[in-house]
Amino acid sequence: MTPSSAAQRSLIDTVKAAKKSSDAQQPYRELGLADNEYARIKEILGRRPTSSELAMYSVMWSEHCSYKSSKVHLKQFGDKVPVEAKDILLVGMGENAGVVDIGDGWAVTFKIESHNHPSYVEPHQGAATGVGGIVRDILTMGARPVAVMDSLRFGPANAPDTARVLPGVVSGVGGYGNCLGLPNIGGEVAFDSTYLGNPLVNALCVGVLRTDEIKLAKADGPGSKVVLFGARTGGDGIGGASVLASASFEAQGKTKRPAVQVGDPFAEKVLIECCLEIFAADLVTGIQDLGAAGLSCATTELAAAGTGGMAVDLDLAPLRDETLVPEEILMSESQERMMAVVTPKNLSAFMAICEKWDVTATVIGEVNDSGRLTMRWHGEKIVDVPPRTLAHEGPVYQRPIRRPYDQDALNGDHGNGLPRPKTGEKLRSTALKLIASPNLADKSWITDQYDRYVLGNTVLAQPEDAGMVRVTDERWRAEHDGEDSTLGLALATDGNGRYTRLDPYAGAQLALAEAYRNVATTGARPLAVTNCLNFGSPEDPAVMWQFSEAVRGIADGCQQLGIPVTGGNVSFYNQTGTSPILPTPVLGVLGLIDDVTRRTPMAFDQDGHQLYLLGDTRDEFGGSEWAYVMHGFLGGKPPAVDLDREKLLADVLINASRDGLVDAAHDLSDGGLFVALAESCLRGTTGVRVIVPDDVDPFVFLFSESAGRAIVAVPRTEEVRFTDMCTARRLPATRIGVLDVLESAIEVQGQFRLPLAELRTAWASTLPDLFG
Amino acid sequence: MTFPGSLDDRDALRAVRLAGAEPVPLWHGEKWLSDVVAVVLPGGFSYGDYLRAGAIARFSPAMQSVIDGAKNGMPVLGICNGFQVLCEAHLLPGALIRNDHRKFVCRDQRLRIENAETAWTNQYEAGQEIVVPLKNGEGGYVADPATLDALEADGRVVARYLGDNPNGSYRAIAGITNEAGNVVGLMPHPEHAVEELTGPSTDGLAFFTSVLQKLVGIPA
Repeated sequence: MTPSSAAQRSLIDTVKAAKKSSDAQQPYRELGLADNEYARIKEILGRRPTSSELAMYSVMWSEHCSYKSSKVHLKQFGDKVPVEAKDILLVGMGENAGVVDIGDGWAVTFKIESHNHPSYVEPHQGAATGVGGIVRDILTMGARPVAVMDSLRFGPANAPDTARVLPGVVSGVGGYGNCLGLPNIGGEVAFDSTYLGNPLVNALCVGVLRTDEIKLAKADGPGSKVVLFGARTGGDGIGGASVLASASFEAQGKTKRPAVQVGDPFAEKVLIECCLEIFAADLVTGIQDLGAAGLSCATTELAAAGTGGMAVDLDLAPLRDETLVPEEILMSESQERMMAVVTPKNLSAFMAICEKWDVTATVIGEVNDSGRLTMRWHGEKIVDVPPRTLAHEGPVYQRPIRRPYDQDALNGDHGNGLPRPKTGEKLRSTALKLIASPNLADKSWITDQYDRYVLGNTVLAQPEDAGMVRVTDERWRAEHDGEDSTLGLALATDGNGRYTRLDPYAGAQLALAEAYRNVATTGARPLAVTNCLNFGSPEDPAVMWQFSEAVRGIADGCQQLGIPVTGGNVSFYNQTGTSPILPTPVLGVLGLIDDVTRRTPMAFDQDGHQLYLLGDTRDEFGGSEWAYVMHGFLGGKPPAVDLDREKLLADVLINASRDGLVDAAHDLSDGGLFVALAESCLRGTTGVRVIVPDDVDPFVFLFSESAGRAIVAVPRTEEVRFTDMCTARRLPATRIGVLDVLESAIEVQGQFRLPLAELRTAWASTLPDLFG
Repeated sequence: MTFPGSLDDRDALRAVRLAGAEPVPLWHGEKWLSDVVAVVLPGGFSYGDYLRAGAIARFSPAMQSVIDGAKNGMPVLGICNGFQVLCEAHLLPGALIRNDHRKFVCRDQRLRIENAETAWTNQYEAGQEIVVPLKNGEGGYVADPATLDALEADGRVVARYLGDNPNGSYRAIAGITNEAGNVVGLMPHPEHAVEELTGPSTDGLAFFTSVLQKLVGIPA
């Protein structure tokens, strides 16, 4: 034994010692536990916790892991699952990610998760490990990860700190995802001053598996071995989940270690391939990744979901740093680690596959039926707890809720008096200014740093309305004469903090509706929802009001649209001082398309196609890009939500795609019709000639953000069939112009003409000018 | 050929299959190459690009067999990371360094085929322009002036970037070949331009039909 470990041994806090000194002072407050929470731990254990147990309770009962403030609200997602969706949900909320049946024996698992705080502290590693964590969640379900997306929010684009944070986050998302060989197929980026000290980095991953291959996080069968595999455990990311610095650990001579985890995508890539080979050989009874709260989380969740007991010898955990003490080992958030439960019969085959991939794998414990999770260190028992009390029976709070004092004033200040452009010339300069604003400008400076091609199944990727990948594999080809499947998945994420600030219930529904519409625009049928709820402090009643309204909006909206929430993540405490971020629920919608060759892209490429605007345009500028960019104004009410209309629009878009009635389609959202026209023209090869309908104000026509709208390019040969379909279904469809390959401009008749070259320069130069 | 950290290995298999050949997955740890008649070293980050991109992969057991085969005329195509491996293995001259703008770049790249005689490009016309995806972080091709002059003089530059140089490669070189024309290294990804559905074009397929023409005389 080395001198340092001998010194450690004398400091080990054992269960025996805890029984003898139940009133000893413990640093529970520093670890983020409240007085009542600490009292409850003592009550559960019938003694004070050991320092290791205290570490475990503190991370497992942290807001991040326990959802203690959000649980009472999130319950609605389960209570309001749409009837029609119940039979497609193979695994619902609560597991690592929900699993949806997509037919033909295939299933899909997808989830979005935040990594906001680490990405502010250390943008590159914070964002990289955000991607790594969500990919492991998907892998843990038994699925092969097939694509990633990222939803990002930053401070003002020209702020000095954004120049530090944004390039780091982008290189982190790209660097990690690219090295894993996962195509990045979409997402969004937006800027607002409230995100300056608190950027949002939400990463989404989607994976594909067979319905008979689902894996769950449970430790079943007494005698089964608990195997820790992947990277060694180091001192990085300790307490990343519960934001702590413990006085007592420093007293033991530890230097401060980075609270942000450090990622190694190569280790993760190898771990993915290793796991998939293990899954294919059906060698595990349960599996869990090590993310937030590391070993504490994996051991308690596995034990709680299975036979009920587990005995772990912590000395066996392979360490990167031999000086780590048990509390640190239990809280470390070192990346690229997994834990599997393997029967003794399968153990040697399991180990052989790990060896093939050079993955370190170590048996550190065994499943039993004691109902207790016990851990030993240097021969002493240091943990003896009922695992459910950590994993599932943490504190639950009904936090106080209060409508913000300024909400009425905010909604009452409608901004109808803001000066609007009245002439063609003014409309033109407004259009140019909007398209060059950071929120609407070309994002390829960012997305060109992401590999969208790898795996060879990407059918659509950013800036398309939704990302789309083909669902296929070797087994399918073997069973179908070497042909790939035509089945495809579409995915879109959306969120609008300004709308949500004005009305959290409606704002969350607008985000849901936009992601739903984006998926339908490509021709895919929306199927399921994931969400990442980014809010300020839950201890602020005004924030809690925003949160509860947003959750209610999402739950009601999903019920009405007939698509279930399958999982997601809550991120609280997004604020700088006492100023919270704009409430930002990010909604991810998954859709399905039977034949990917029928997908509808957004580009205008077809000379002479008729341009139709679907839906109703109203004078709606509350929370709009126009008000924000031209006047720096936020007030009034967001656009009206009509989810029945969204369903109707989606039906028309999906049928039109399947029947070949439209060759291009693009959803209308931020910046309204003009921005959608510009994006479709710049993505393609034609210009457009547009006519403003007689009864509409040109400004409202071009820039209103009314929801439930899309533009479509209809071949002349299909025009009658298409308009007949819209009429029969009672969807307003207005012919507003024609695609013109010779025009090379957006010409709004009687108002202005904007050459595409000029438009492209304004649109494409904003981010490169800012970020190099 | 799959190394730990290979990423585009499945795509290379698909491209070979779509070209009409039978793809055989190879594992870096196996010295025996399963009697294959040509090898594709795919893109990715073999061994995490630790040390230098491709620097560790060249020492794998399978690479020893590839090197022996290449010297005996077996067609070998190294794409992206595979190109880096071929340079590290000294089957091709020069080296690939980090992009001059220091960022990863993914885009649809225009190329001009300069040499349509190699085992991997004989189904193109010399001077033909194609579009295939490019995606790399370390794609800048560099060599000393004498080597570059020799490559140009011998017609061993296989493909050149058109438009903006995407990564700072000397003389806009996107791909080169060895003296015998059986070993080709290419930074862009022809295996991602083999289907209308998923690629910007199908311009990349001819790399794979070329090697069939070379080996068994199947016309494209």
